[in-house]
Parts: sequence; structure tokens; C-alpha cells
Amino acid sequence: MGADFLYEQLHGMMGDTSLLLMIVMPFVGSLIAGFLPSNARNAEVWLAGAIALGELILASAAYPAIAAGGAIRADLEWIPTLGLNFTLRMDGFAWLFAMLISAIGFLVVLYARYYMSAEDPVPRFFSFLLAFMGAMLGIVISGNLILLVIFWEMTSIFSFLLIGYWHHNASARDGARMALTVTGIGGLTLLAGVLLVGHIVGSYDLERVLASGDLIRSHELYVPVLILILLGALTKSAQFPFHFWLPNAMAAPTPVSAYLHSATMVKAGVFLMARLWPVLAGSQEWFWLVGLAGMMSFVLGAYFAIFQQDIKGLLAYSTISHLGLITMLLSLGSPLGAVAAIFHMMNHATFKASLFMAAGIIDHETGTRDIRRLSGLFRFMPITATLAMVASAAMAGVPLLNGFLSKEMFFAEAVETHQISILDTAAPYAAVLGSAFAVAYSIRFIHGVFFGPPPEDLPHTPHEAPFLMRFPMQLLVLACLIVGIVPGLTIGPFLHTAVTSVLSPATPQYSLSVWHGFTLPLIMSVVALVAGAILYLLLKGYLARCEEGPPVFRKLKGQRIFERAMVTVSWRWARFIESQLGTRRLQPQLRLLVLVAFVAAFWPLYSLGFDPGRLNWTNTDPIFAAIWAIGIACALGAAYQAKFHRLAATILLGGAGLVTCLTFLWLSAPDLALTQLLVEIVTTVLLLLGLRWLPKRFEDKSTDAVTIGARLRRVRDFVTAITVGLGVTLISYAVMTRAPPATIADYFLQNAYSEGGGKNVVNVILVDFRGFDTFGEITVLGVVALTVFALLRRFRPAPDSVERPEQQRIQKDFDEARPDREAGDTVSDYLLVPSVIMQWLFPVVIVLAAYLFLRGHDLPGGGFVAGVAMAAAFILQYMAAGTVWVEDRLRVLPVNWIGFGLLFAALVGMGSWIFGYPFLTSHSQYLELPLIGAVPAATAALFDLGVFSLVVGATVLMLIALAHQSIRRLRASRIAAEAASEGA
Amino acid sequence: MELTLALAIGVLIGSGVWLLLRPRTFQVIIGLSLISYGVNLFIFSMGRLRVGAAPVLGSGGTVNPADYADPIPQALVLTAIVIGFATTALFLVVLLVSRGLTGSDHVDGREPN
Repeated sequence: MGADFLYEQLHGMMGDTSLLLMIVMPFVGSLIAGFLPSNARNAEVWLAGAIALGELILASAAYPAIAAGGAIRADLEWIPTLGLNFTLRMDGFAWLFAMLISAIGFLVVLYARYYMSAEDPVPRFFSFLLAFMGAMLGIVISGNLILLVIFWEMTSIFSFLLIGYWHHNASARDGARMALTVTGIGGLTLLAGVLLVGHIVGSYDLERVLASGDLIRSHELYVPVLILILLGALTKSAQFPFHFWLPNAMAAPTPVSAYLHSATMVKAGVFLMARLWPVLAGSQEWFWLVGLAGMMSFVLGAYFAIFQQDIKGLLAYSTISHLGLITMLLSLGSPLGAVAAIFHMMNHATFKASLFMAAGIIDHETGTRDIRRLSGLFRFMPITATLAMVASAAMAGVPLLNGFLSKEMFFAEAVETHQISILDTAAPYAAVLGSAFAVAYSIRFIHGVFFGPPPEDLPHTPHEAPFLMRFPMQLLVLACLIVGIVPGLTIGPFLHTAVTSVLSPATPQYSLSVWHGFTLPLIMSVVALVAGAILYLLLKGYLARCEEGPPVFRKLKGQRIFERAMVTVSWRWARFIESQLGTRRLQPQLRLLVLVAFVAAFWPLYSLGFDPGRLNWTNTDPIFAAIWAIGIACALGAAYQAKFHRLAATILLGGAGLVTCLTFLWLSAPDLALTQLLVEIVTTVLLLLGLRWLPKRFEDKSTDAVTIGARLRRVRDFVTAITVGLGVTLISYAVMTRAPPATIADYFLQNAYSEGGGKNVVNVILVDFRGFDTFGEITVLGVVALTVFALLRRFRPAPDSVERPEQQRIQKDFDEARPDREAGDTVSDYLLVPSVIMQWLFPVVIVLAAYLFLRGHDLPGGGFVAGVAMAAAFILQYMAAGTVWVEDRLRVLPVNWIGFGLLFAALVGMGSWIFGYPFLTSHSQYLELPLIGAVPAATAALFDLGVFSLVVGATVLMLIALAHQSIRRLRASRIAAEAASEGA
Repeated sequence: MELTLALAIGVLIGSGVWLLLRPRTFQVIIGLSLISYGVNLFIFSMGRLRVGAAPVLGSGGTVNPADYADPIPQALVLTAIVIGFATTALFLVVLLVSRGLTGSDHVDGREPN
């Protein structure tokens, strides 16, 4: 009993940690790889290789548990209310794929070391490759269907990034976009299908879904589920009619083609079909849909492959064809077919990856992949040639190689009758035909590239690739041979574990031996081999001259249809809709916005009726009314003057702001009043700084004849404004005359002191109760300030605003006309008294800011107000003495203030993690300080310090960036003038 | 009192909307500022409005929420004021850059025909 218990424990722990590690490791590696220097090829390879090897070791170590216990699991709660758990589950089938992904991943990393040139930015490559590895492993060991779809989409995205790795290349960009569009749409339909499955089964857990096969197959939604999931699987595995993206994906670097587009990612589709085989297969619909797609892909892919001139194109079509073979096997619905399918997935990955590597070596060493230009390479690279020959023989299904075994099983299954129909009758003929084509293109690849006369005028003189570049190929080809000769001793037990985990109750008897006697499948094999060889001999002459692509079908390209569809949908339709409904003019858009807001507010009023409350909270105070008479006059004045009298409008706006500020004070909100007052100051400074760059506009009634159209527009806008204003008045009145409902305000008031340690409840809410919101807000503030700064760095004013403003010109002329005056004297004399006062105010305002900050937790004040006050202190200096004078004496570095503020606030927030509390949990207590006595100290005050620093930085940055424009222009024009005078 | 405040909010927002629909960028920026005053006051008035209530907790004892000004609208509006300044600055700079690039201070970047 003890041993059993220990085993269970060990089993559980193994599952949890090793599965999690398998997922996390590649992604962490991807992050690290992305930040290594761009020429660190070796470091990248060590990192990526170590991770792939680590995956391999983890997977291998898990095998005993899987072989004994069936599957290992790791469960983490994610969003349990949605039935979404982060469940990882590795059974035999997943294990086989995990081994494949990590082993070939390791070999591809090694190969890529020699393939990628020194100019390629390798961090991006290895980072994406590792992330892809993680996502692909995620697909195979997901124990939850939603999680599987998420990883599925991630592989599409990383495949997109890797195909487009050489993004200077148009075909890489187009291929990447096409692959993403096709597989991404498939991913979305897969998600829809999975959601339906979850609806039927009531769970997304893979084990529960696998146990509910009968329920799903008998459900009325079975056909939609099947179609949606198959769309996902067939697009991913590049099956007819969605195959066209795969040849275009060959613009990717060859290691990517070897890894993603032959060994792993394109297998995800057939993996999923095999995974869900016990649930979905066996019906008429499954047989027809999957069978037709598989057969078409198998035969047409092989046929197209014969006529490819690009080696990688040939291999891509061959991949489509082999995946079609697997799909056909899965369509049959017989357990033996599924066994053969799983076996062929592994075999295809081995020989196809090695062939892609060979293609990469050929490309690398000769500079071309065009079969017409290549020939006789055997004498230059005998080892590569031999390896490629063995691998293509496996691809063609020659005995004693792994491809032969699975192909025999395929033939045996094709001959069997499964569902009586034309498709079933055609299967053996299609199988022989496709295999004959496969033989033809395999011979073509070998004969065309390695034999014949020596090649002429190749970009490089060919020679053998370095040992380590050939090494991955050698291993893979060795695997083809060993599996092909002694299958039972090598892959046998592992395949059995995998097959059992998919088919568990229905696992059939099958034999992996090489020799089954003179059976029908063997005869079919011989026929295919002979027919393929004859076909190649007949076509040889034609192929050496013809264009890319098979005759007749050359014109009909899936790619072209895809592009036309894309243009129609994303360009023509979009342009049509834009031309009908869109506008590039702002005013109609704003009008629409106002209208929508109005309707949104008006609708409930209309449907529920307008009923002002009866509450009279206080009688109208004549002083308050008088203040607002001024405020309303200011607002109307600003609206009236904003076109021709900007300065006046700015001042009037300030007036309205001050009245708002007084209102806050009147209504017991001193915090708001303080903030409003200080923000009012900086806003005014900001607008004044901006005025200088706007065009002069003079009101001239005699020439500005107002057209009828303009008059009508004004009337319309005026009515809109009045209506909106009236509406807002009514709503506000209705709300204010009602007793407010009980809100969480009471809670905050009652707990501010006991939990937040502060008496100023507003400040406690900001920095403690709702600290996370404030953190978001200061982040926004920082982002906005940096955006302002960035926009102004490349600021180019309009030509008519470049020269000095009129007043400065007059002052300058005046100064220059008198020998006893320096330039700028007038302005400094003129502002002497205020500027001295302002300069002396600097320490005073700083003390004020410090005071506001320190008392903020208990009295009106706080980080925001103190920050704006501090910024005002700096701005006053700029205004008093000029930018140049200040910056000669003071380095403000607002960007550092912003960075410090944000980091400090975040660190304070994270500090609570150390004590095991959530982010931004604050702590407060009283500290006994000598001489001063008990001082309240809350960590929230530290957070407030971050807020303070950021507000200072952001405000100063925005104002200074704008103020700098004037001197930058002057400096630039002075430099230009000096250059001109020197030139003369 | 409530009528005064409601009218004030209405006028602020009405003038703001009028300016928002004008063609010149500076008008729009003044309009947005007026609207932000109006909206801030509107949000503020959604809470428990009090004249002469204590904004800061007294020392010790239990707290009767009815004695104090409503802190929630204040907290909301306080950050809104600061963010409002930031967006005003951003918009001002965008309009300056747009005027530099297009030579026009029309909101569409070109003078109407």
C-alpha cells in the first residue's frame, strides 16, 4: 500500500511540475532569446538547444508514468466559472508528438545555426521559434479544448511571424499574410466548433469530451460541430481546398519550413482529427468530408509536386499529399486506419524534415533551388546527396524504410471496404495513383538535382556543407532506416502506447513487421514504384523545360483566387462602405457623436418620463447665483470669442474655471477646489504657449460675406447646442432634487481612518481603496506626456508662424537701435519686478507643494495637487527668466520624474506581495519620532509620492516641450544664418 | 441652488458643444475645456451635495456618514481634472502639429472650398 501511495504521489507531482515546465520553459526562453544581442548566434543556439533538449528529457522522463498510468495531468484553476481550467494532460499520443516536437526542434535549432547568415537578426528568429515550440507543445498537451484553441492560434501567429521573418521580401510578407488568414480563420471556426462541443458535453475538459462520443454524434448539432472543427483542422494541415497557403509559406527560412511546415504545425490539423477521432469519426458525414479532402489532397498534391521547379515547392506539395494520405486514413473510421495514420505522422515528419534540411543545404551551397538549374551535385556533396536519396526513398515508399511501412498499411486499408460508396471504391485506385506520383516526384528530386552533367553558372560553387549542418539530417535519416528495418524493436512500443491512448477500447491487432508475404498491398506498392519510374522517364524532357506548375492547372491557382477574394473583401467592399458611409471631415463625425450621446440620454427620459424630484437641499444663495452669473457670462463669452479673439477666450475660459473652482469650495469639496485652481493655472499657461503658433485671424465684416450655407450650419449647430445644454440642465436638476441612494461612500467614510489611516477620505480613496485605478490614471498621464513630447520633437510650425511675433520684433528693433542696450533688455526691464517676485517665489511654492503633499492624507492636498503645484514652481521660473536662463542653472529632467514616479508607485504596490497581500495593499501605523511625537505613516503615502513625482514630470514635460519650440526655432534660424554668412 | 447649478452645467456644456462643432481647432479646444468643466460638475452633482459639510473626518469616535461631504464624486473628479489637463495638452499639441503640417488650423487640415 505504501508503494502504491508513493507512486500516486510521485505521479501527481511529476504531472504538475513537468507538464507546467514543458509549457513555461520555451516561452521564458523566447523572452530571453529576444533580448540577446543581435549577433549572438551561438548564445541563441545554446539557449534554444538547451531548451529543446530539456523538453526532450522532461518528455522522456514522463514516459514510464504514461506507459503505466495512461496519462499525466496538471490542473490549475484559471476561470473556473467559465469551465476554463489550465489543464495539461499528456497521454501516449500527446507524448509521441511532444517527443517529435522537441527532438526535431533540437535538430532544427542546430541546423539553423549554420543556415542563418551573420546578417540575419537571429534573436527574433530564435525567439519566435522557441515561442512556437511552446505553443505547439501546448496544443498537444492541452487537457482543455479552449486552451488547445488558444495554443492553436498562437502557432498560427508565430508561423506568420516566422514566414515573414525576411520581411523585406514581398513574397515572404504575402506568404505570411496568406498563411495567417487561412489558418487564422480556421482557428476561429475551430473555436466556434469547440464552443459547440462544450455546449453539448457541458465541459471543455478533454477527457470528458473524449468520453462523450455517442452523445456528440447523436446530437442535432453534430454536423455543424463537425464542419467547424474540420475547417480548423483542414486549413491547418493545408488540405484541399485550403492547401494553397503552404507552398507560399516556403518563403520562410528553411529551418522554419522543416520544423513548422513539414514536421509539426501542419500536423496539428491531423493531430486534432486523430485526437477527436473517437468522438467525431465513424459517421457518413465524417467519411465523406474528410475522405474527399484527404483523397483530393493526396492525389492532387502529389500530381502538382511533380511539376514544381522549386525544390521547396516540390516538398511543400509533397507535404500536402502526405497529409492527405493521413487524412484519408483517418476518414475511414476504422481503428487500423487510425493506427496507420498515427504511424505515418511520425514517419512523414522524419523524412520530410530531413529533406527540407537537404533543400536548405543545396540552396545555401549553390544559391538556387531551381531544379532546372541544378544537376550533377552528387560529385560536390556526396554525403548530403546520399542522405537525401535515402530520405526521398522513404518518401516514395521504398521497402526497408519507414515510409514503406505506413504506406503498406495505407494500401491495406484502402483495399478494405468501409462505407459502401463511390469514394470507397475509388480509394485503392487513388492510393496507387497518388503513390505513383509520389515515386515520380521523388525520383525527379534526386535525379534532377544530384545526377546528370555538372551544373553551370550557379551563384556559388557548390561544396559539402559543414558536419554539424549535416548532422541533424544524418540523425533523421538514420531514424528512417532503423524504423524501416526493425520497426517492432524501435517505434513499436511507443506507437502502441500512443495508439492505445487514442483508441483505448477499440485498439486493434496490428503488425509492424516488414514482410507480410505476397499480399495485395505489396503488389500495389510494386505497381506504384514501376508506374512512377515510367512516368518520370516519360515526363523528364518536358519537366526540364516547362514552367512552374502542372499543365492545365497552372492557370488555376488557389493563390490567385485567394488574392482576388482578399482584394474584394478588404479593399473593394471596404472602399465602397467607406465612400457610402464614411467621411474624412471631423465636424460631421462630432455631430454624430453629440447626436448619439443625446439620443442615449433622451431615450430613457422619453420612455420613463421626466419627473424632477421634490428635494430642496438648500435655498438659492444670492451670492452663489451671482458667482454663476459671472461663470455663465464667461462660458458664453469664451464660446463667442474663440474664433477671432483667442486671448480673450482663454481668459474667459479661465474665468469659467475659477467659478467652477469656487463651486467646489462652496459645496464642501476643498480638494477639488485646490486641484482645479492649480490645474487652471497650468492650463492657462499651456494655452498661452500654444497661441503663438496659430494663424492670425482678423474679423473683417466687409469681406467675410457669410454664405447662406454657413448661416444654416450655424443655426443648426446653435439649436443643437441649446438642446444639449437644456437636456443636461434637466437631467442634472432631476438628479439633484432627489435624495441620493446609499452608495459605497458610507463605507469609505467609515473605514477611511480605521483601514486607510487617513482623515482625508478623498485622498484615502485615491491612494488606498482605489489605488489601482489611480495607478492606471497616472500611467495614462505619463503616456500622454510622453506623446506630447514625442510629437513636439519633430514639430514643424507653419511658415507664417516661424518668424518672431510682432511684439518681439518691435522690442528687438528698439534694442538694436540703441547702442547702450543689449537685445532682450526691453523685455527684462519691462518684467523686472514681477520676474524678481516670481524667482523668489520658487522656494515658497516648493514648500507649498511639500506641505500639500505631506498633509494630503489627513487634510485637503495630496500627490496630484502637490505635483501640479511643484510643476507650477518650475513654470514660474521659466516665465520669469526665460527658458535659456533657467536651463543654464537648473536641469529638471521631467522624463526621469515620470519614470521614477511610475516605477516607485509600482514598486510600493508590489511591496505588499512580500507580505503576502494583493497588489497595492497599504499599511498604516503611527510612528513615534523624537521631538515631533506620533506621526501617521502609511505606505499609501509612499504610493502618493510616486503619483506626485509622475504628475510633476508629466506637467513640466508638456509645458517645457511646448515652451522650447520658440527657442528651438530661433536657434535653428540662427545656425542657418551663420552657415549662410560663412558660405558667403 | 440646484437650479443655479443645473443651469450652469447646462450652459457650460451647451457652449462647449457649440464650439465643438466649429471649424477652427482652437474653438474645439476651448469647447472641450468648457465641456470638461460641465462634465466634472455634473459628475460631482451626482453625489450627495452639501453646503458647509465637513470634508475631512474629525478625530476619534464613530463616523456618521451623513455629517460629511460625499467623497466618491470628489475622488472621481479629482483625477478627471488632472487627466483633463493632459488631454487638453495633447490635443493642443496635435492641433499645432497638424497646423504645421497642413498650414491650416481647420479641423480637417484644409480650408473648406
